[in-house]
Amino acid sequence: MNDAQWETLSNQGVAAAGVVYFLALLAYAVQWAALRDAPVRQAVPVGAGVGAGAGAPAEAPAEDVSHRTEMAGRLGVLLTAVGALAHFVALLGRGMAADPNRVPWGNMYEFTLSGTFVVVALFLATTRRWRLSWLGPIVVGFVLCVLLADVLWLYEPVAPLTEALESYWLVIHVVAAIIATGAFTLGAITSVLYLLKARSSKDTGYLARLPEPAVLDRVSYRMHAFGFPIWTFGVLITGPIWAHQAWSSYWNWDPKEVWAFITWVVYAAYLHARATAGWRGRNAAYLALVGAAALWFNFIGINFFSTTSQHSYANGAEVERSVVLRVAPTAVEPAQEVRVVVGADHPRR
Amino acid sequence: MTDLQPDLRQRPSDDRQATPLPMDLTARELARWSWRQLTSMRTALVLLLLLALAAIPGSVIPQEDIDSLKVSQWRDDHPRLAPIWDRLDLFSVYGSVWFSAIYILLMISLVGCIVPRLLVYARALRAKPPKAPRNLSRLPESTSYETDEAPEVVLARAAAVIRKRRFRVDWTAGASDSVAAERGHLREAGNLLFHLAVIVVLVGVAVGSLFGYKGGVIMFVGKDYGFSNNLTQYDDFAPGSLFDESVMEPFSFTIDSFDVDWITDPDSRRVGMARKFVSHLDYRTEPGAADQQYDLKVNHPLSIGGTDVFLIGHGYAPVITIRDGDGNVAQSGPTVFLPTNAQTFESFGVVKAPDAQPTQIGLEGTFYPTFAMGRDADGRLTMPSSAFGNALDPLVSLFAYTGDVGLDDGSSASVYVLDKAKTTQVMKSDGQPFRMDLRPGDTVTLPDGLGSVTFEGLQRWNKIQISRTPGKLVALAGVVLALLGLLGSLFVRPRRVWVRARRQDDGSTLVEVARLDRSSGGDPETGRDELADIVAALQQHPREDREARA
Repeated sequence: MNDAQWETLSNQGVAAAGVVYFLALLAYAVQWAALRDAPVRQAVPVGAGVGAGAGAPAEAPAEDVSHRTEMAGRLGVLLTAVGALAHFVALLGRGMAADPNRVPWGNMYEFTLSGTFVVVALFLATTRRWRLSWLGPIVVGFVLCVLLADVLWLYEPVAPLTEALESYWLVIHVVAAIIATGAFTLGAITSVLYLLKARSSKDTGYLARLPEPAVLDRVSYRMHAFGFPIWTFGVLITGPIWAHQAWSSYWNWDPKEVWAFITWVVYAAYLHARATAGWRGRNAAYLALVGAAALWFNFIGINFFSTTSQHSYANGAEVERSVVLRVAPTAVEPAQEVRVVVGADHPRR
Repeated sequence: MTDLQPDLRQRPSDDRQATPLPMDLTARELARWSWRQLTSMRTALVLLLLLALAAIPGSVIPQEDIDSLKVSQWRDDHPRLAPIWDRLDLFSVYGSVWFSAIYILLMISLVGCIVPRLLVYARALRAKPPKAPRNLSRLPESTSYETDEAPEVVLARAAAVIRKRRFRVDWTAGASDSVAAERGHLREAGNLLFHLAVIVVLVGVAVGSLFGYKGGVIMFVGKDYGFSNNLTQYDDFAPGSLFDESVMEPFSFTIDSFDVDWITDPDSRRVGMARKFVSHLDYRTEPGAADQQYDLKVNHPLSIGGTDVFLIGHGYAPVITIRDGDGNVAQSGPTVFLPTNAQTFESFGVVKAPDAQPTQIGLEGTFYPTFAMGRDADGRLTMPSSAFGNALDPLVSLFAYTGDVGLDDGSSASVYVLDKAKTTQVMKSDGQPFRMDLRPGDTVTLPDGLGSVTFEGLQRWNKIQISRTPGKLVALAGVVLALLGLLGSLFVRPRRVWVRARRQDDGSTLVEVARLDRSSGGDPETGRDELADIVAALQQHPREDREARA
């Protein structure tokens, strides 16, 4: 296969993934619609104490829930997995279409494509173990919307990387950012569900079938606990190493770095809050959402709105980056410094 | 959140804010109260959030040490706000008093929290696992069974089984009716390591910013031009506040040649883009040392001792000779033209000849590596431009000025800007500005016997960044340690297990097993599984035990 064919395959993969995710969403819709009016059987604590709630997954079929509803739920998971496969093919195609071949996260379109894949993959990996089937419709709906936005607004044809991105740190640094973003996103989703569930007193409908708030809180914590070290590794270890190699200093207070740091601090606060009286539970969940807001603002906001960030690669086709050359040390007026656009050799991550 | 409770016991600082401020305090008590407030978890949390909040302005408002040109533009645009912003240090947020205050408070709070916990941890390491609570069945994870074995037999087996699961076990035969066991001390160790490592990182960063330096120089490519590492050679230089010139390593280098690969394939989406920049350096680590070669590329800095040399930019330097009215060479050599367009390398530059007679001459204009005339929609010629970054058809287009071009009155001026305040532009007889369009080898005579300008050829320049950041490995080691500590504090699950065996009135033995998860994210299922495994192991081998005794 040549590069053009790989690129076509990638685009078809995205389209196929979108369609299959939509079908998965339909399957989930069938499942949850059928369950809509059925009152939730009160979860009987299986263990004692902490174990309560966790042992009673939401999908535990009540007597009146038909076989068909259960099948719809299973079909939803199956379709999600098939969609993830197409999603993976799309990623693979992106990487193979580039010349030379590379990892498929060189621009925003590809980053979003990879990030959403991580969200689905993490969900599929944990859904059985942590009994997250209730998360299915939300995850698939979320990923579908993000993929749609990605294709509509962020799509870029495959292009070779700019010089500064040609480093193996691109593989390590960005993959860490992608995985952590995926985990934090799932964590944010469960935190929202936690807040909604904690307020809700209904005994029918989607919220009623969610696990106990304590379980939601724990799932959310785990997603964050998984993402946080990876984020630390990506932002505070590999990022500075790469920055040092490419820009000559390991921390530049570049807006992207600032917001990555803010995100890190907020998530650190979240982890502390979960262990602090008066903060655990609701306030911790709000902190998690603040963290997610910082995370996504860093990805979208800084790329599109920051003019100074060396990371802003929203317009990936353009490769210039401007720096100020402080002219001769004797220059008296700072205003006389000349703004210079130095070539494509500048990192634009 | 029952599974969080045990953590409270681990954090003595957590309960400190519970004490309200009494009214009549001695200074000592007040200090003690303030210290407790500062080192409480809640204060740390608030300081963390403040730190995040305080970092935001720096990403919105241009920063002096990141982009000083933007700052001066912003000052011009907002004459009324700028002085206020100045007073609030908003143009240098990360060096400001208030930003420093937050992180210094955070550090103090951290140390104040960590040191007592280190002591507690040191004691806990040596301590035996705590004795079994009186009523094991009240613990969240507990179970019991009856057996006809003797309590001592059950307890001995329990100690062995639990020890095999890598718990620290406290049991001496006959001394007690229960086995106490504990594992997962590494969680708190990781926690402490993480917080200590944060301090290591800060020390590393501080060393770098105090003793390090960073500077840039624009160098012409070619053996005739060299750089040796001392202050006078830099175009810009940013030392740390405790920087000492004597630490500068005495290396020197020249740029032998510079290669760029231009994408010319018309099918490529990046046609016209340049890549694979390579500066072939010839360097010596110190005067008299052997010559060494290095191919300097983006992402591949050259390290000489503790100093790193980076390639961060490049451009063209037309070689322009100005002859004055008397026919003498008043200025000659390559002149740095700074790219104004990164794709096409259209560049802007200034040539000054302050020694020209009868009057000083200044030239200002644009360099086009591949000259082309733009066309509008109707096909009419519009502005000249550069079609390609590679120098396929180089042309330099210059305007001339006479009068005081600067440089000779002793005051310093930028070599990239022509101060036109005391100059007059050279005009043609029809009143239009006199413009020269020169290709390599061309000479144009200036009107009114001012002299002539020759475009001799093309030279290239590289922007080289040189930095020395001591402590960077300390900082790196700190972050890596912090990450290790983090992993420990997030994923090691401290837990306790107790087994109690008592002879009941009917002669049978009641065995109670309980487990307490002390982590904040403990999974009840793994907890139940562990409990079940232990119970299963306890019940599994009664016969073997008996046979062994026999």
